[in-house]
Amino acid sequence: MTSFLQLLLLVLTLNNLALLGVDRLRSLIRLITLQGVLLAGVLLALDHMLLAPAVLIIKGGILPYLLNRTRRRIGAEPHLRPRFGYGWAVLAGMGGLLFSFWLEGRLPMPPGLFPPLLLPAALTTLFCGLVLVVGRVTALSQVMGYLVAENGIFLLGIPLMSAGAIWFELTLLLDIFVAVFVMGIAINHISDTFESIDVNRFHNLRD
Amino acid sequence: MSPLTAYLVQFVLALLLAPLLPGIINRVKAKFAGRHGKPLLQLYFDIFKLLRKGEVVSRSASFVLSLGPAVSLATALCALALLPLGGVTSPLAFQGDFLLAAYLLGLGRFAVILAALDTGSSFEGMGASREATFSALAEPVLFSCLLALACVGGALDLETHLSLSGMLGGRPGTEWLLGRSELLFVPVVLFVLLLVENCRIPVDDPNTHLELTMIHEVMILDHSGPNLAYILYGSALKLWFFAALPAGILVPDFPAWWAQALCWLATILLMAVLVGVVESVMARLRMYSVPRLLGGAGVLAALALILTQIR
Repeated sequence: MTSFLQLLLLVLTLNNLALLGVDRLRSLIRLITLQGVLLAGVLLALDHMLLAPAVLIIKGGILPYLLNRTRRRIGAEPHLRPRFGYGWAVLAGMGGLLFSFWLEGRLPMPPGLFPPLLLPAALTTLFCGLVLVVGRVTALSQVMGYLVAENGIFLLGIPLMSAGAIWFELTLLLDIFVAVFVMGIAINHISDTFESIDVNRFHNLRD
Repeated sequence: MSPLTAYLVQFVLALLLAPLLPGIINRVKAKFAGRHGKPLLQLYFDIFKLLRKGEVVSRSASFVLSLGPAVSLATALCALALLPLGGVTSPLAFQGDFLLAAYLLGLGRFAVILAALDTGSSFEGMGASREATFSALAEPVLFSCLLALACVGGALDLETHLSLSGMLGGRPGTEWLLGRSELLFVPVVLFVLLLVENCRIPVDDPNTHLELTMIHEVMILDHSGPNLAYILYGSALKLWFFAALPAGILVPDFPAWWAQALCWLATILLMAVLVGVVESVMARLRMYSVPRLLGGAGVLAALALILTQIR
């Protein structure tokens, strides 16, 4: 089971770097779906039988569906508009990975709490999410960056979860569910009002 | 059977079977397109035909033109002799021989580039410039792959540590089966390098002879007769070399050398089939996307290197 978990975490890390390298909105949503499925797989490998299907349905089904629906409704541009090049973003992701490994050695964690590779994979996911939020211009891709960062925090939370903390996790899931729901509506409204979801143009707003 | 005999048998087998790989690739492409395709042994026929023919040499060319094919064939042969074929340690193996192998291939490429420039044709100079650019980009990727393997390969055996025989001699195969799945990135990267270094689609199209975007084929336009045969055979050997690299990682240690050799052979032929499939389902990349492809491969190789270092 450990090697299965390791394989999942490796694919997750690759998926993170791929998230930073793709230039199409649809591919981004597909990769985020894959990330949800991988998270469910990680839960399964760590024997959280009940939570895994829930995560699969929410992060691998409902959220991508919502994102796709929003993408279609607002008629978003097929190509992402990066603030800096994709190569730089992937390099930043690699930097995040190295930093995560460095941090793993420095953090005073009780031995055996985190399975090998889980902590760096979670931190890398978090960093990649942040790079997506900072590095992409449209609101929809920033929502996705937020989602990826949240996936990282969720991964960090998995080993800390004891039997009673499952409610905490469920509220986290609902939290993100509501957040994306609200943001979906918000983006709809923004696009209705301003004809564009480019956040740079918010600076130009006057009273 | 002594290891030396086992190695020599496989080396001769590699020399004999190398021209089969392009035949397999062409046959797979033909099957995908619904055609019957060229015979499997077409490259053998071509080489024998060319060896019997005379040569036409441009008046503006010097001796460098005929030096290119000979050097490229010789370097490909030497590089192949450094590989541990079928998991059997090469008799020529020494610490750091991977550097020699990589730069032998580089020397061969340099000779072909010089020969292309020697013809004085601007068309060939353009191809030479592209070949030099892409191979310069591919080199760091190859070395990060080999370094990742060096961290795993000969850690137990000091004699062959840091040699191709230590890196590919069956240990990585055993390691990834035991759960070090990051090693599986390396064959993927090496496959991309195979496509780049051997000028296959999506980087270059080996079937186009008169296109402004071609790379390798344009460099050898002025060669004919036996020299062209040397170039064709040399590139077949190079293809075998690059197909054997993933085999060295994927095939684990077997008790019997012939079982491992058979697995190597099967993996090498499988690589040829895979190249055929990739060439059938993919279009050629635009010229400026090739560095991006190599960059992606480099990221994957760096990831493998980091993960093998840390664990």
